[in-house]
Amino acid sequence: MSATMDNQTPLLSVEGLSVDFGVSRVVEDLSFSVQPGRTVAIVGESGSGKSVTSLSIMRLADMMGATFAAGRIMFAGQDLLQASQKQMRKIRGKEIAMIFQEPMTSLNPVFTIGDQICEVLLLHEDMNKAEALAEATRLLDLVRLPDSAELVSRYPHQLSGGMRQRVMIAMALACRPKLLIADEPTTALDVTIQAQILTIMRELQKDLGMGMVFITHDMGVVAEMADDVVVMWKGKKVEQGPVEQIFASPQHPYTRTLLAAVPRLGSMTGEAFPKRMPLTVLEDGQPKLVGEERVQDTARYGDKPLLSVKDLSIRFDIRKTIFGKVTHRLSAVSKVAFDIYPGETLALVGESGSGKSTIGRTIQQLQSAHSGDISFNGRGYSEMSAADRFRMRQEIQYIFQDPFASLDPRKTVGFSIAEPINTHGLLSGGQAIRRRVDELLERVGLGSQYADRYPHEFSGGQRQRICIARALASDPKLIIADEALSALDVSIQAQIINLFMDLQAERGLAYLFISHDMAVVEKMSHRVAVLYLGQIMEMGSRRQVFETPEHDYTRRLLASVPVADPAAQRNTVLIEGDIPNPVHRVGEEPAILGREEINPGHFVAKSA
Amino acid sequence: MAGFLVKRLLQAIFVVIAITLLVSFAIRLTGDPAVTMFQGGGSMTEDDLARIRAALGTDKPFFVQYFDFLKGILTLDFGRSFVGGTQVSTLIGNAIPATLMLAFVSMAISIVLSIPLGIMAATSRGKGLDQAIRIFSLIGLSFPNFWLATMLVLLFSITLGLLPPSGMGGIESYIMPGATMAIILTATNVRLVRTTMLDTLQSQYVMVARAKGLSETKVLYKHALRNCAIPLITYFGLQFGGLLGGIVVIERVFNWPGLGTLAFDAVGARDYPVLQAVITVLSLLIVGINLLVDIAYGLIDPRIRTE
Repeated sequence: MSATMDNQTPLLSVEGLSVDFGVSRVVEDLSFSVQPGRTVAIVGESGSGKSVTSLSIMRLADMMGATFAAGRIMFAGQDLLQASQKQMRKIRGKEIAMIFQEPMTSLNPVFTIGDQICEVLLLHEDMNKAEALAEATRLLDLVRLPDSAELVSRYPHQLSGGMRQRVMIAMALACRPKLLIADEPTTALDVTIQAQILTIMRELQKDLGMGMVFITHDMGVVAEMADDVVVMWKGKKVEQGPVEQIFASPQHPYTRTLLAAVPRLGSMTGEAFPKRMPLTVLEDGQPKLVGEERVQDTARYGDKPLLSVKDLSIRFDIRKTIFGKVTHRLSAVSKVAFDIYPGETLALVGESGSGKSTIGRTIQQLQSAHSGDISFNGRGYSEMSAADRFRMRQEIQYIFQDPFASLDPRKTVGFSIAEPINTHGLLSGGQAIRRRVDELLERVGLGSQYADRYPHEFSGGQRQRICIARALASDPKLIIADEALSALDVSIQAQIINLFMDLQAERGLAYLFISHDMAVVEKMSHRVAVLYLGQIMEMGSRRQVFETPEHDYTRRLLASVPVADPAAQRNTVLIEGDIPNPVHRVGEEPAILGREEINPGHFVAKSA
Repeated sequence: MAGFLVKRLLQAIFVVIAITLLVSFAIRLTGDPAVTMFQGGGSMTEDDLARIRAALGTDKPFFVQYFDFLKGILTLDFGRSFVGGTQVSTLIGNAIPATLMLAFVSMAISIVLSIPLGIMAATSRGKGLDQAIRIFSLIGLSFPNFWLATMLVLLFSITLGLLPPSGMGGIESYIMPGATMAIILTATNVRLVRTTMLDTLQSQYVMVARAKGLSETKVLYKHALRNCAIPLITYFGLQFGGLLGGIVVIERVFNWPGLGTLAFDAVGARDYPVLQAVITVLSLLIVGINLLVDIAYGLIDPRIRTE
């Protein structure tokens, strides 16, 4: 423990905490303490027990069936584990407040913002309704939400994710708690919004002098927020120390492995091609480098483009009159054009609402275009027959973000992998199909013995491997990976990135890699297109976009990515505002920006 | 909102026409009211029957009769009953309150019982209380309603002599028919409330409400219940429709002077005007309830209101 920590009595001290769910121990012998005004980050991957720890401090874990096998949680001279739920209700929201991961579902959809903030004030503070409402408005100002007076009467669904998370912060801070627990508060948000939220949290913490427990899996966020770090692994604390020390000289092998797996923005600076990097894995308790390092020079730019998207526009009708006349539209994608060459990885990056997934879905024919054309191998979709278009679904495969939702829970994984083979009649005979399924499972790093199991028996990373095997089953030329790595822990992410690269080198696959994660994009892609509100702001080789970004938005996006280095200059520039609403009246279509080629292959949108 | 109401009104008109057309046509296939009326008289000649048919108006072609009936609806004049010659609107006017009172009482009892029981079952999921509630619900579901009604009459009226066995009178006359239906409704509703509640309790906002320090009662009955309301009122609305259909049996057993009894007798006597009127009123009631449900959606859920 650092010297500063011994000076004061801690605000919160967790001592030897063990938490059980039924017979399984989820947290074991965990100890740490939080000083007033300081931030302790609890870091770990899924299943490390970090969220259970936070819910145990709040004694909310009780409602999920947790039992506390051992330990004490001391707060203000009281052992919270001995407190009754009735006593805890006086502490929750008043002394200790909590912010949760999912801003989209954290607010009750049927009550106004004002009601939900007032509720906590009326409960814990001696206020009448009018005073509470005035205070709620003040709190919304505090988290820098515009039009707070009007906002109190709005409902959650009328707000964006970033705005909702600010409302959550306002609600948590309403009674000036001594301790704030933030459980992955920015994980579901876009990077520019994340930067705003982190800045607000840091400033308010300073103003209010709160202690903070910050739970996250993102080492970049840790570096920006934490004073002290607790690293958890499989329910146990493996390492603890001041943030600089954890990053500069991690002691425990797991911490070293974890830090090695973190994708770092700028790690590829100066490299012409993406590189397959060896993985750091824990072997016999020691981190070891496994696998080869290989330059990923697979793109065949001399060939004709595999996929060519020309002036693609996609719109959705949002509102109609009684007579069916459309009055409001959402222009999801406007005049987007790009090519993908065989063996190439083109990344589409952008924040939510940028239209990146819509483009992917349209290429896969899950959605129809409003105008423009897509051609594959030189043939336009519009001139293809229905049978040809069906064949396209064999040549192009899609991998989705959520590996839990994209496999049918009632079918064996073998069945799911065999389905594209059966659908397209690629092989005949059960024997041959079974052999192919086994090969595919082996190829993605799972054994053929897994073919008869069901999706729920696998972890998230394994399921994503199964989804990759399924995508490979029809022997495609192009794979669209839509946020395929976003739901995975970093160590798993690193493995899957290598799997993607190996498959590309072997089979000459092209990828359309849709992602919001700039660091992962930098590792994987040959070329990058940056989308904003349905238009390409900047497109070029990875080096052009990452090393000499020309467009303001690209720069802003890059600057918002948290840097996994506590010594780095903190990005304190507060980017104001949200991404504008892309819904517009018919006839008021957004202006289409022209583009210019500032260097060979480097395109930038002209400002309107 | 105006557009929505106009759409609903057109829908209602279509539903009423389709149902009454089907019912009027079908009942005419089952026999001649003139013959039914004087069965046992024996000495009717073909001439007598023809005169009766002319008096009843059943000698006219079907579509003429049906059109007269539709015209009657607009002026709320459903004609006279074939049996006894009373104004049909009077008969209906007397029967509607009896049926609606019974239906509302049993729905109300069932809702008041099933919401707390369902929530209790959901919060004690897998424990003894949950098991007990589910077993009782299963028992309630397994009773045939006429059997349950007969058993209640045997016990409370015949053996104990506590309650009147039939007829509509003071509040005590509501207890057995109301309880019979409420028991069966509650058995289904408890399960529905339990399932929707279990879903809602998984929501993040329930956790957030607890993290605010709210009491469990507030968390369950304010934050969670309001979010369960959409599936619940959807089902309650459908159930009310089913209830009006199923009430015939209960009304028969308890000799309850409602629409069900009226319809039952009208079918037996081939009393076309009464039957057509009952069916029209029932379908209007069901359409009306569904409209109320749709309006309630908007009141409960702001996401629906803004659409």
